[in-house]
Amino acid sequence: MADPTTATPASGKPGHRRRRVRDLRAMPGFTTTAWITIVTLYLPILVLVAFSFNENRSVVLWTGFSLDWYAKALENDGIRNAAWVSVKVALFATVISTIVATMAALATTRTKKFAGQGLVFGIINQPLMIPEIVTAIATLSLFALVKKITGLSGIGYLMLAHAAFCIPFAYMPIRARLETMTLTLEQAAADLYAPPLKVFTLVTLPLLGPGIVAGAMLAFVVSLDDVIITLMIAGPGETTLPIYILGAIRRGITPEINAVSTILVAVSVLLVILLFVVQRRMQR
Amino acid sequence: MSDRQPPSALATAIANNRRSERATRAWLLAPALTIILAISILPLGITIVYSFLTPGTYGGVTWEFSTDSYVQFLFQRDIFDDTLVFNSAYVSIFLRSIGLALGATIGALILGFPTAYFIASKPREQRNIWLFLITLPFWTNLLIRTYAMLLIIRDEGIINIMLMKAGIISSPLTILYTDTAVFIGLIYSFLPFMVLPIYASLEKLDFSLVEAGYDLYANRLKVLFHVIVPLAKPGIVAGCILVFIPALGAYITPELLGGGKKLMIGNMIAMQFGASRNWPFGSAAALILMALVIVVLLVNALAARRGASNNG
Repeated sequence: MADPTTATPASGKPGHRRRRVRDLRAMPGFTTTAWITIVTLYLPILVLVAFSFNENRSVVLWTGFSLDWYAKALENDGIRNAAWVSVKVALFATVISTIVATMAALATTRTKKFAGQGLVFGIINQPLMIPEIVTAIATLSLFALVKKITGLSGIGYLMLAHAAFCIPFAYMPIRARLETMTLTLEQAAADLYAPPLKVFTLVTLPLLGPGIVAGAMLAFVVSLDDVIITLMIAGPGETTLPIYILGAIRRGITPEINAVSTILVAVSVLLVILLFVVQRRMQR
Repeated sequence: MSDRQPPSALATAIANNRRSERATRAWLLAPALTIILAISILPLGITIVYSFLTPGTYGGVTWEFSTDSYVQFLFQRDIFDDTLVFNSAYVSIFLRSIGLALGATIGALILGFPTAYFIASKPREQRNIWLFLITLPFWTNLLIRTYAMLLIIRDEGIINIMLMKAGIISSPLTILYTDTAVFIGLIYSFLPFMVLPIYASLEKLDFSLVEAGYDLYANRLKVLFHVIVPLAKPGIVAGCILVFIPALGAYITPELLGGGKKLMIGNMIAMQFGASRNWPFGSAAALILMALVIVVLLVNALAARRGASNNG
């Protein structure tokens, strides 16, 4: 125990002193408040998950365990189409945003400080700083204009919009990883006459791997969960899972929604747990 | 490669690198910047232009200059004699939103500060578990979390059922579709944003300062407000901003928990691009919201600078 007071020889009653030291850190009511915070954060979700397994149609009374609502949800064409759209959009957004974010991260960490660096950070993080509803209506205005001029339509717009707001989320962990990597291994490879491309593919990229994986996972989760921007710009037939769920909630509460919601929450939670594992590896 | 480079290859490579560094950096940055400029920043310019146009009949805009959107924000044009009459409807939506966002910020602070302090006073391994628990909800879908909150605060929700079973109330409390519901929902949505920055500043807290406070006969409250809070101030300010800004522009929370009747700015803006078909007015409202956000950030930046120069 690195407790300075217990080590003090002058302390006549070590047990008493130690208790006082522990008390010093504590504030009355703070522990209770922390538990209230945790209960507030988790109780609603736990109730939702529990009732998705309820056999009764009621979302109020528990009658017994059942997977019926999952079966019903998985048979529902609307839900299946929405899930497919969500995955397509999220995959596209993840691939694009991760590639461009990796490039941008390399440019902002591997080269010397340059004039306008602050501006570049500002632009990359811009999607995080503006209220989402503003980005949503602004993007809608742009796309409406482009559609009018070019006559092009399709899911490409939605994919591009998702790619744009995923960039900062992909960028953060990749940049963080690059900042902890020293240049020595790459310099050693260059010393051994490896051409720059080989240095990059055989040394930099494998070292950067965990950062890229983390960035890609964050981008995927953020795209999968988006509501406001998608709600504004998705055309007919481009309903993603969250938009489907929003529509269903507006029509009325059913255990089916609980089941789909639970699946979506489970996917995000699994990805985030995976992310924590990857980041722990990174720290070693 | 057969042509072996001279011994000074590394030196030349580095020299070349310096020269080509600018070029490399430019093409590495180009895709990310292009996408964000084209899809996130250019549209803001379009929004500014749109706010000065006339609404189209079926949504969109007609290209006629007009300042009506901004006038409409404060006044209503009388249909008969074209005079302007002050209209408080939109201003009151903004004030309501600011009030709710402020309330949510204070609520989140009251819950978030003790939580962050509690986590910071734990041993390291336990801290990571707590932090994980605080962060996890942030990565789960906000819509689903809000829906889950709706489930438990309904008249037939678990909270009312438990209170009635305990005999505390005889008929269910109506929480859903009230301001209270929106307020609870906003705290619930953005609470992690409050805890994390405060924790970040308390993590570095030297507890011997707390001890020194007690040695100098300060009581707990004095130590809390004269030692701990001042040291955690940067985190508290950051947390308040991170809660206030998204709460101010919230869309999902008032939509689901306010029942679409208790409007906030976010819903009002969305409505103009939907059923109301008044894109210029929606654009103007969005820009006013942006201006509010920028004011908050500027005030914070100025205060931070003043704080820094006072200390220095």
